[in-house]
Amino acid sequence: MSGATGKQAGLLLDEPLIFERSRPGRSAFQLEDDVAAAAELLPPELRRDRIDGFPEVSEPDALRHFLRLSQWNLGTATTFYPLGSCTMKYNPVLNEAVARLPGFASLHPLTPDELAQGQLELMWELEHALAEICGMDAISLQPAAGAQGELTGMKMVRAYHVERGRSRSKVLIPASAHGTNPASAALAGYRVVPVEGNRIGLLEAEAVRRAMDEDVAALMITNPNTLGLFEREIAQIADAVHANGGLVYLDGANLNALMGVAKPGHMGADVLQFNLHKTFSTPHGGGGPGAGPIGVRDVLVPYLPTPRLVRDDAGIRWSDAFPQSIGRVRSFYGNAGMHVRAYAYILALGGDGLTHATRMAVLSANYIRKSLAADYHLAAPTTCMHECVFSDKGFENLGVKTLDIAKRLLDFGFYAPTIYFPLVVNGAIMIEPTETESKETLDEFIAAMRTIAREARESPDTVRNAPTRTPVSRLDEARAARHPVLRWRKQRQVMSDE
Amino acid sequence: MLEVVGVNSVAELFADVPVALRDRAHLSLPPGASEAAVRARLESLAARNQGAQCRSFLGGGAYAHFVPAVVDQILQRAEFYSAYTPYQPEVSQGTLQAIFEFQSLVAMLFDQDVANASMYDGASATAEAVLMALRVRPKRPRVLVSRALHPHYRQTIATYLAGAGDAEVVEIGFDDSGAIDRAALRAALNPQTAAVVVGYPNFFGVIEPLDDIVSAAHAHETLVVSATAEALALGAIKAPGSSGVDIAVGEGQSLGVPLAYGGPGCGLFATRSEHVRLMPGRLVGETVDGGGRRGYVLTLATREQHIRREKATSNICTNQGLIALAITVFLSTVGKQGLRDLALANLRRAHGAASALCRSGRWCRRFSGPIFNEFVMSGGDVRAAIRAAQDRGVLAGVPLGTWYPELEDAMLVCATEVNTDADVAALVEAIA
Repeated sequence: MSGATGKQAGLLLDEPLIFERSRPGRSAFQLEDDVAAAAELLPPELRRDRIDGFPEVSEPDALRHFLRLSQWNLGTATTFYPLGSCTMKYNPVLNEAVARLPGFASLHPLTPDELAQGQLELMWELEHALAEICGMDAISLQPAAGAQGELTGMKMVRAYHVERGRSRSKVLIPASAHGTNPASAALAGYRVVPVEGNRIGLLEAEAVRRAMDEDVAALMITNPNTLGLFEREIAQIADAVHANGGLVYLDGANLNALMGVAKPGHMGADVLQFNLHKTFSTPHGGGGPGAGPIGVRDVLVPYLPTPRLVRDDAGIRWSDAFPQSIGRVRSFYGNAGMHVRAYAYILALGGDGLTHATRMAVLSANYIRKSLAADYHLAAPTTCMHECVFSDKGFENLGVKTLDIAKRLLDFGFYAPTIYFPLVVNGAIMIEPTETESKETLDEFIAAMRTIAREARESPDTVRNAPTRTPVSRLDEARAARHPVLRWRKQRQVMSDE
Repeated sequence: MLEVVGVNSVAELFADVPVALRDRAHLSLPPGASEAAVRARLESLAARNQGAQCRSFLGGGAYAHFVPAVVDQILQRAEFYSAYTPYQPEVSQGTLQAIFEFQSLVAMLFDQDVANASMYDGASATAEAVLMALRVRPKRPRVLVSRALHPHYRQTIATYLAGAGDAEVVEIGFDDSGAIDRAALRAALNPQTAAVVVGYPNFFGVIEPLDDIVSAAHAHETLVVSATAEALALGAIKAPGSSGVDIAVGEGQSLGVPLAYGGPGCGLFATRSEHVRLMPGRLVGETVDGGGRRGYVLTLATREQHIRREKATSNICTNQGLIALAITVFLSTVGKQGLRDLALANLRRAHGAASALCRSGRWCRRFSGPIFNEFVMSGGDVRAAIRAAQDRGVLAGVPLGTWYPELEDAMLVCATEVNTDADVAALVEAIA
């Protein structure tokens, strides 16, 4: 860990854009068909020639291009990725293999149900496993990602109130919530009313009681919250919401802290989303595809998206016969390929394994919390769940900010924690180790963080100028936004939308 | 570790969780299983998806196509699949440059100025396009949606619009060509109309006359949104941007992504540069580092939920990163010539299959409009015909009565480059 100075450690090859590798006439693809006359099957006014600017490269060139790009990425497979609130756990390789079985990968979504019973049984069992894990009454696997799960849930909240003739207009959201919460509530037609947490960042039932009235449709709450703290008054909070006819939306983003430890359904949650790419190990893919199933309590079951799975003597099939449903939020049935991976994960771990995963994730987070408490300011001086939040408090007078600390970590070969979130902590540094990192890795990370804290005092420029060992140094984000260049063009030009 | 933390047991770390919750939290799930056992279970489930082994003529928003082996080789690079949203660009240039290339390719495919880093799928991208059109034309609450747009896309628009302002959706029917009824469209357009939404090709496989639709709409300063469920079509048919479409969206699954029972796919989203700040979704832009070296970053984030919260242009957080990568590798591999050849091969096979069915005497084309790789056949009891074909291992098509009562005697048939002459012969024999 001491060698984090100087320039690049290994070979990092330059790689131009694929368009710049292009040479006329090169190709990596042939076809048996004689297509010479096929264009005449289209009316002349609808025809299109080859697309000017599209790549013309050989297969070796294409492979080399993307392999080189891959080497410019860090992922959980290559290093520790302590991105808080994102649960960057290990993605089992087996899951990649089984999702590629032709029976899953080549199955068309409009295949008659009787010829897709294996897929439907998998989805049926996944629904039931998720229902068991969160203690809810029914599941829909349809939403494509966590944010779409939130939107789906809030659309259901709306349908519930509309059907009862109560057009409520407000949704309560703690200031510590993910940005998707207020955005999803707004997209469902609600006005967002923030509620403040207490001194250590917990929501108190009394604050919710004060904010509740007959115009509040729901409270959206994350538990554990984004400070990594369990909301101890969750049951009383839910009671306060229910007493006024409101519903409780529980953001399941942090479910990795709860498996086998507490079930949202027992906390008074009426609806929640799962992030299969967090808790259930499906790959984050550089930003998707995710999968955001939702679970609901009985009162919301009629509003679940359609189609829904039903089972009878003939087998499992899709049904649209749910007249109160909010309808669809996307095509077909959800990110089925991700459902296969999550199902394989649940099978591999089993009930005990999932519980163990949660316990180890919480132990790891507390190990980091305690180990770094002397070097970094803790946002909350208490036991945490799956993640811990520090800040750059104490570094201001050295001229070192959270951003600098994050960038310096890259020089040590680690991805950075989530920074400047939650918004309720100035200069937040949010660390989520997950259960899949060894103690040795955690110790290396802790050592790097301690070194950075020392550097900040002794040679702050080292931290401020980081990173120096990455393929590029700090990028000019202001320039990117001021003069947006959002695509390659054959004749290079700056997009002028300003 | 317990010693460092200062507790005697892991259980102590959960002291903040009320006992009443902990006591009921046991997971009643089977015990864990070995890799071999999990694989065996998944293999047995996969084997029960007999549909995956049939000769299939199913389309309707998801398409079987050839995928060069390079694509999956790259997708299995864990450096790509195990990364997350490129918050730290210095160690995410692989993902960022690939998305920049993706944005460039999608913009060229649609002939638009700018494309985003992708949306969840074609249906939600279309719904987001409608919401964006309502932002571009804020005082206009009316949206005209073609009845020939994919039913899932129409249903998704309806769900997204429910409760979000007071926008009203008016459905416009189709004519005998299978395209939007242009007389009805002109009659419905008025100064309250924010947008017209059509499929391109539409759900019946018919290539809509975008030039006419755009000129009718633009006469009222109404935006046109085109939704392309079969993106490969754009290798051979006129690009939406060339017809003046304002927001062009689509589903990218055809471009190198397995069927996977309908997901994950990839929503494509492109528009003109003047609208970029009202666009949903992530964007990657080019910039330089401290040493003047070219690099890529997430940009124009002030539109997004993590900055703007309830005032964001959308609640979308991630894109479909890995699927966007698959599409980028696919389009780079098939390339300029291959994309066109592949599209023309689809055109040829679909016309061949349609002709063969017509020659059989029992079936005829329901619509007269130009098609790409799918078409509507009518000829009596389609559900019985589909069942009979199924018994012979042929998935003949998608019955349209499910969504269109007036088309109870019709089915949607798709033929791509993967359907051989022998497949077509088997189809004709099975249902003629």
